[in-house]
Amino acid sequence: MSAEIGQLALILAFMLGLVQGVAPLLGAHRGDRVLMSLGRASALLQMAFVVLAFAALATAYVTMDFSVELVAKHSHSTQPLPYRIAATWGSHEGSMLLWVLILALHGGAIAFFGRTLRETLQARVLAVQGMLSAAFLGFCLFTSNPFSRLNPIPLDGTELNPLLQDPGLVMHPPLLYLGYVGFSVAFSFAVAALIEGRVDAAWARWVRPWVLSAWISLTVGIALGSWWAYYELGWGGWWFWDPVENASLMPWLMGTALLHSALVLEKRGALISWTILLAILTFSLSMIGTFLVRSGVLTSVHAFAVDPERGAYILVFILIATGSALGLYAWRAPAMRTGALFSPLSREAGITVNNLFLLAATATVFLGTFYPVFIDVLNGDKISVGPPYYAMTFAPLFVPLLVLVAFGPLLNWKRDTARAVLMRLRWPIAVTTVAAGVGIVAFGIAKVGAALGIALGVWLIAAAFMLLARRWGIGRKGAETGRLIRTTPLAFWAVAVAHAGLGVTTIGVTAMTAWTVSEVVTMVPGQTIEFAGRRVTLDALGPGTGPNYQADQARFRIEGGGQPFLMLSEKRFYPSSQTQTTEAGIRGEAMGNLYISVGESATLGGATVRLWWHPLVGWIWGGALIMAFGGVLSLSDRRTRLGMPVRKAAPAKAGRAAA
Amino acid sequence: MRRLAFIVPIVLFLMVAAALGLGLRRDPSILPSMLIDRPIPTFDLPGLTPEDTVGLASSDFTGKPVLLNVFASWCVACVIEHPMLLRLQSQGVTIHGLDWKDEPADGAAWLAQRGNPYTLIGSDPRGRTGIDFGVTGAPETFVIDGHGRVRYRHVGPITPEVWTETLQPMLARLDNET
Amino acid sequence: MKRFVLGLFCALLIAGPVAAVLPEEQLADPVLEARARAISQELRCVVCQNQSIDDSDAPLAADLRAIVRERLSAGDTDAEVMAYIVDRYGNFVLLKPPLDLETILLWSAPLLVLIPGGLGLALYLRRRSRAGGADPAPLSAEERRALADILKTGDAP
Repeated sequence: MSAEIGQLALILAFMLGLVQGVAPLLGAHRGDRVLMSLGRASALLQMAFVVLAFAALATAYVTMDFSVELVAKHSHSTQPLPYRIAATWGSHEGSMLLWVLILALHGGAIAFFGRTLRETLQARVLAVQGMLSAAFLGFCLFTSNPFSRLNPIPLDGTELNPLLQDPGLVMHPPLLYLGYVGFSVAFSFAVAALIEGRVDAAWARWVRPWVLSAWISLTVGIALGSWWAYYELGWGGWWFWDPVENASLMPWLMGTALLHSALVLEKRGALISWTILLAILTFSLSMIGTFLVRSGVLTSVHAFAVDPERGAYILVFILIATGSALGLYAWRAPAMRTGALFSPLSREAGITVNNLFLLAATATVFLGTFYPVFIDVLNGDKISVGPPYYAMTFAPLFVPLLVLVAFGPLLNWKRDTARAVLMRLRWPIAVTTVAAGVGIVAFGIAKVGAALGIALGVWLIAAAFMLLARRWGIGRKGAETGRLIRTTPLAFWAVAVAHAGLGVTTIGVTAMTAWTVSEVVTMVPGQTIEFAGRRVTLDALGPGTGPNYQADQARFRIEGGGQPFLMLSEKRFYPSSQTQTTEAGIRGEAMGNLYISVGESATLGGATVRLWWHPLVGWIWGGALIMAFGGVLSLSDRRTRLGMPVRKAAPAKAGRAAA
Repeated sequence: MRRLAFIVPIVLFLMVAAALGLGLRRDPSILPSMLIDRPIPTFDLPGLTPEDTVGLASSDFTGKPVLLNVFASWCVACVIEHPMLLRLQSQGVTIHGLDWKDEPADGAAWLAQRGNPYTLIGSDPRGRTGIDFGVTGAPETFVIDGHGRVRYRHVGPITPEVWTETLQPMLARLDNET
Repeated sequence: MKRFVLGLFCALLIAGPVAAVLPEEQLADPVLEARARAISQELRCVVCQNQSIDDSDAPLAADLRAIVRERLSAGDTDAEVMAYIVDRYGNFVLLKPPLDLETILLWSAPLLVLIPGGLGLALYLRRRSRAGGADPAPLSAEERRALADILKTGDAP
């Protein structure tokens, strides 16, 4: 029953999406308030129906309704409840439903919270959002229906791919999709602004929190994916430049650029057409990402589906959506107000240069990802682009970018002088130089790259502290530091925290790249080896069981440098799907992770054991979380949040009393 | 001049979209063989059983166009392909076999069980000759002309469609050439 | 569908312990072994296609790793070893795409954005500051006191 309800809800949502796509656009054009309010109503109703459809699918999974084809393919009677729920989005059809859900939720939010917007603007935004919703709902209904039934009903299902039965991977798609689809709001706003022919401070103030929330989710989602790959895939890699990973990185890079560009637009009214272009490109990259994962145009271990037909549908849709948006851009953007002036040395200019580097980085990842397709189409040659390419192009781009990041928040708006900037940065420059020097001496000239990488991270963190110190008047005579600390706006904290987080990640990446140690050896039970300054003993090799798997377990005892501890690594076998996975033993410590992975059993009763020492690997994701937290701080600042009514000037007397 | 800058994004996008659209029709995982139009690599492999003293060598590939089929006893798709090969043999097509990354005894037993469609067979347990051919898996079939040059490689089992649409016309054409 | 199954197979292979070099494969000479590892990391496994042969558990990857070590032990240079494999499997196995006429666009990607973008930005800024007016007149003493007042109390007087 629930599947039929879901199906019906999906159909109704699709029709509402069509209404939402057309009515408010007409209404805004004609100034017809009834049509415009129809846009709001259909957005809210559509949201309700999509929520219903999603709930219906989730219910089918939870109740193990194997008559629903998707449930039969991705769930099993022994599958634990959290993974039955997560299986809702653990398939192509289910993940499209998740995509559509988030799209509808955002549309509903615009309808509900956007009452302070200019009515025509809100109407046009809802129209674009409605068109996007309708297209994706159509895709679901006509090519990827999650609610098809199976007849006869199987007794049990094929379980969810065991690789996906993992807490990290449960949260990974929802977070990523909140990011990808969250950028649709910026896209809709951009297209609406182009239709309207104008952009003002209210537009920017409205868009920024949505870009911020999408960016936060995407940051955490990518970090989660990287962390998951690290502990699940068995050898401690955390980024592989796989096409699907790149598909998530590109919107993130553009989204970061958009975030900063929107800031300039809001504060200074500059970079109008550039911000609109970024808003269009960011969501377009999200859509191209979803095209990539499902179409089979590139090989990837991540691919959800390899289906050129479905891929063609998505591509046509991207062609229409992005094509119209960019066409509108080419037509209308030149006529839009050009915005405020700023000097070549100013925060606006700094952010513009930052955007330029981010654009170059995105273009590099884009070309690296799609070049094999381009060449194949052009002359049938097959080439491949792997990590060595990105090491030579992406990394050199990011280094100057990171150096410049420290300057940004310490530059004045509109106009600044080189001397003043360097004076402001004298302490971070000093600290960084010392760090670099110490590094080169400590690690030797062979590792000068590593020393500089660490110094770069230190630079970012020091500049973040400097930002706060300046605000708090530390070292300035007569500054009321205590009061200044207490009255520091959250948005200000956010900048320092986020940029410091970037420094933390930089240090983690540098450490992992420069100082990872590994060893592969065959061990028998009772054997001890020396590794990374410890004694590692294989205590036992034996069987074990889990809720839906059997395992070959290897128990290790680690001694040396403190309390001895145990580590466990196992190879699991899932009988339902006949698949095998390896769970590595990971021990997190302050300076890094000890990582042990047991492999094939050798013939003499021993096993192949691989050991790694991963220095500061946790800083990679820790830094990302800190960055995301910075975003959350910014979002929590009431001045950033949407719908904030303009404060009326308080009468003078009350003002003085309050101060 | 400024207006031109605004047109750049859509132009670039349309080019990318066109490339992606065309790319949908291609299969990114199929690799063309590097040996096309080149002579086959030199090799001399023993047979699967002690009775087979001839084996398979590169010198066996002159005179007329033949097929070289890469198979193994562990290869599931080869089981599916096998009846097709027997049928081709009965039609007079010369197929030589390369038992790839397989113990000779296993390969021999597999053929004994299912029938032997091959005129000559070479045993390549270490897979080195396969690598010289650029083999990525089993089954694969090479079309080799009367001068010992590789003209085509098919990855995967030979289906009736593959035979009638690709391989048969190719062999016929090569026959005329020789 | 078949390719999806292959992809899944490869995904599960990756789920096994990778950096798949077994102890018995390693060369005795550490210099040669290091060269072998470095070369292996630049060669793509054609079966799984998204891993290097150093990382892949596929049997073909093991064979190719062995061949790399054989050629190195026979005295080939790094370039010769790579050429040996490329000769048999094509440019596709190079994880670092070659630099030739075809790939010039790919390799110059960063510069292609930075240089025109940078020039455009420079022109844009120069046009703006020429269009911008002279510096505003400095504040008078009156205005400065009023400003200090506002900053202290947070309100207009």
